[in-house]
Amino acid sequence: MEQHVFDRLMRDDKLPHMWCRGCGNGIVLQSIIRAIDRTGIDQDKAVIVSGVGCSSRANNYTDFCGLHTTHGRPIAFATGVKMANPELQVIVVTGDGDSTSIGGNHFIQAARRNIDLTVVVFNNSNYGMTGGQYSPTTPVGAFTRTSVYGNIEPAFDVCRLAEGSGATYVARSTTYHVQSLIKYIASGITHKGFSVIDAMCDCPTLFGRINGLGDGAKMIAAWPEKTVSIEKAGTLSADELEEKVIIGEFVNSSRRSEYTEKYARIIEEAQRERADLK
Amino acid sequence: MKQEEKVDFRLNREYCKACGICTALCPKKAISADDEGKPSMINEEACIMCRLCELRCPDFAIRIGRMQ
Repeated sequence: MEQHVFDRLMRDDKLPHMWCRGCGNGIVLQSIIRAIDRTGIDQDKAVIVSGVGCSSRANNYTDFCGLHTTHGRPIAFATGVKMANPELQVIVVTGDGDSTSIGGNHFIQAARRNIDLTVVVFNNSNYGMTGGQYSPTTPVGAFTRTSVYGNIEPAFDVCRLAEGSGATYVARSTTYHVQSLIKYIASGITHKGFSVIDAMCDCPTLFGRINGLGDGAKMIAAWPEKTVSIEKAGTLSADELEEKVIIGEFVNSSRRSEYTEKYARIIEEAQRERADLK
Repeated sequence: MKQEEKVDFRLNREYCKACGICTALCPKKAISADDEGKPSMINEEACIMCRLCELRCPDFAIRIGRMQ
């Protein structure tokens, strides 16, 4: 009988995990595990790189090569790993704050280069680990520990930011829509180029409590109402879309070439030139 | 339901944090929370083996399949 995917790809000795009751991070991590399994990539060729935050604890529980780095910098470290050994499949696990605030510059530069990384953003709209401060993806009007009168800053749309910066695979799903979340992460891994999957998840302990959204079960059950598919979004007016989160595949393009492939050609050319000089 | 098609619902009680996501979102209400708030199979006949309870478990606590 085939071993269960958790037995093959998780580190059982590290479980149970440290996330709160009803936290969506476990569902996103499970989706990553299943997506890696679905693509059939070699366990020893997969590297999970994380930054700092609740989301970034994810690679402590997986049985792949792993790199737990500094706040906001997982994409910078992942770029180094990929450049040194382009054969590796590098997957970045990061949070909304880690990737779009502290690491915002790394995020856009890596997208601009179109380097073959798969970035899964655990987007729970606040900084969970430090006590629930607002992040660049906190919706306008939402309450957090640092926006007690309601957030006045417009939120980043992670997918539009990625697309505008040059990412060649961009998709969004939620922990409720777990089957499409797995599918998009798998597509992102298979895609040759910079892939971003915006994984919407819930922080019931901080964001949920302060906004009166109920427990983890109530919060996840609210996603169908809060979301609209990319196909349906095309038929709605700007006003109707105002409060909605659009889910689906936004970009899937192979028109731009990938960074490490271009760099390999540079290495080849430089070595040839050097050989000619001898 | 034939004997060989019986549902094999396994819960790791140590990992389960009783968040209630699986029981709230089971489309057939085949599982229900026990005294500790943790899920148990109450209606095997209703289970359609969609596996959403396992896929949406944030605690890696559920494994569901068919009895061998």
